[in-house]
Amino acid sequence: MKSDSVLKNLVKKNWWISLIVLLALLIIFIPLPQSQNDAADRHFQVEASMFQFIPGRIQVNQGDRITLELISTDVVHGLSIDGYDFELIADPGQSQTATFIANKTGVFRFRCSIACGNMHPFMIGKLQVGPNWVLVRGIILGVLAVFAAFLSFRQSSHIQKSTVS
Amino acid sequence: MNRVDLTRFPKTSALLRSRWPQFLLRAVTLAGFVFTILAGLFGSVVGSHNFAIIFVWIAWWSALKLFFIPFGGRSWCSICPIPMPGEWMQKGGLFSPSGKGFGLGKRWPKKLRGNWLQAGGFLLIGLFGAVTLTSARVTALILLFIIILAFVLSLVFERRSFCNYLCPIGGFTGLYAQAGPVEVRVKEKQVCAEHSEKTCYTACPWGQYPLALKSSADCGLCMECLRVCPSDNIAVNLRPWGSDLGPKSKQSLDEVFLGLVMLASVLVDSAVFLGPWGQLKTAAYEIGSLSWLGFAGLFLFVSFGVLPSLFSTAVWAATKLGSAKTTFRKTLMNYGQVLVPLGLMAWIAFTVSFAFVKFSYVLPVISDPFGWGWNLIGFTGKAQVGQSTPFSIWIQILLLCVGLFWASRVANQISETSKQAFPIITFSCLFSAGMLWLLIG
Ligand code: SF4
Ligand SMILES: [Cu+2]
Repeated sequence: MKSDSVLKNLVKKNWWISLIVLLALLIIFIPLPQSQNDAADRHFQVEASMFQFIPGRIQVNQGDRITLELISTDVVHGLSIDGYDFELIADPGQSQTATFIANKTGVFRFRCSIACGNMHPFMIGKLQVGPNWVLVRGIILGVLAVFAAFLSFRQSSHIQKSTVS
Repeated sequence: MNRVDLTRFPKTSALLRSRWPQFLLRAVTLAGFVFTILAGLFGSVVGSHNFAIIFVWIAWWSALKLFFIPFGGRSWCSICPIPMPGEWMQKGGLFSPSGKGFGLGKRWPKKLRGNWLQAGGFLLIGLFGAVTLTSARVTALILLFIIILAFVLSLVFERRSFCNYLCPIGGFTGLYAQAGPVEVRVKEKQVCAEHSEKTCYTACPWGQYPLALKSSADCGLCMECLRVCPSDNIAVNLRPWGSDLGPKSKQSLDEVFLGLVMLASVLVDSAVFLGPWGQLKTAAYEIGSLSWLGFAGLFLFVSFGVLPSLFSTAVWAATKLGSAKTTFRKTLMNYGQVLVPLGLMAWIAFTVSFAFVKFSYVLPVISDPFGWGWNLIGFTGKAQVGQSTPFSIWIQILLLCVGLFWASRVANQISETSKQAFPIITFSCLFSAGMLWLLIG
């Protein structure tokens, strides 16, 4: 009898956990329809100086052909984009240009790739390709976390009560 | 309840009781500490090529947040080299107390007790963070200053006054150790009550009395009480995470303040070091300039203005929603606990974002610690730019969600009704959303 109720309690304890995990997996992995906009050719000029890129934020659509021109105003700087195989290096006063296709969506940091001074490791910009769905998913996941906290608290006080009585 | 007492197993018990393992580990950390100072002072001025920068700010600072605190609470403090020289003087021996110790043994002034100074120290490090983090010289000088200060203070004041009241790292680890899975407690209260000598209290470098320990914040896990207790009445427990938090415990006002300072610091650090705002970086770096004053003002405004007022508003609302008897102060001290899991997980998420990218620097600086062109283990010059991956981004999201879940759960547990928890949970959501946006937005 006793072990039976323990088991029941365990199941009771667990159903909400599986529910939350399932929902979390859904939120993380559910595929979203790709937005269908025509890929465009876009040109950006990025000015690098110690220790910033201007503009620090670039927003494009998925599939766009991006031509980046890196201009350095002081020392040698580089620009490499997380997740993309792309790098530019510009000598002082010079510029370098290259093109890539923004085929991955999300927010990617681009970093200076040539040591240019003390704050060099933190010389960062952001490239946003398409809408930032990861952020949206993250926010929904956060809401789920709060919901889970309520559930878990309900359950544990429930079980405490039922074991007391 | 759900505790595993490590002193019950002969092997772990012997390991904890013997002074040797700890002594050896501390010898290693002390040697590392001295080496770091030397590397910082005499090595390359290029931060990413200097052992001091990479080891202090990438390896150690990450290990503290990813390993020592989440899996061992204040475990770092048990092998920390900083108080060692002073302790040798106080004990009159390198290894075990000889009874011929040296030091004035004064009590730390009452007014300066609590975590206030530690919080201040942490803020100072933050205000000068961009320089400390990038200059090996400055890092070395700070370490040197800290160890000398700890030494001098231990000659004047009793026990580990430096650790208890000044060390910013101690404030950080102590605060979050409350969520950690290790604790030192007494086995049988009765045994202690009947033991009039209180050998453990006399032996404790931290000035704690194990019988009275309710929170792990001030226990440095040094195991001295375990070693001296004649009745083998000290337990070293593994426990569920967050055991110190709940309806029965509360934070002192200084702990609440410390908790808020930590939240402010992790927000500002994320903005400065991971954000795309170049001017903010320059401002943080150019100490003394007008823009730096602006940065300092912003930092202090977030720490003393924005977060405290948001949190007070939430607490005020919770007080209104509570029973008539509660006061603002009581509610504040209760809900201060929510800041512990919230801050801990945010710092861990920040660390993942900040340090994972830079881990490729670690082996190269072991290979060439001074940046003099040595190649000890064949990794010199192998550092990469580093990048964050979708995997690490998801880890950060999940960590922040765990923090939010945990904070909301604690808020629920200490609230009279779920309605009362609502304002505090809203505060936690706002903070987490801010972190989320800074880290992956
Ligand atoms: S409080 Fe600071 S100095 Fe003392 S042991 Fe902990 S980290 Fe080291
Ligand atoms: Cu650069």
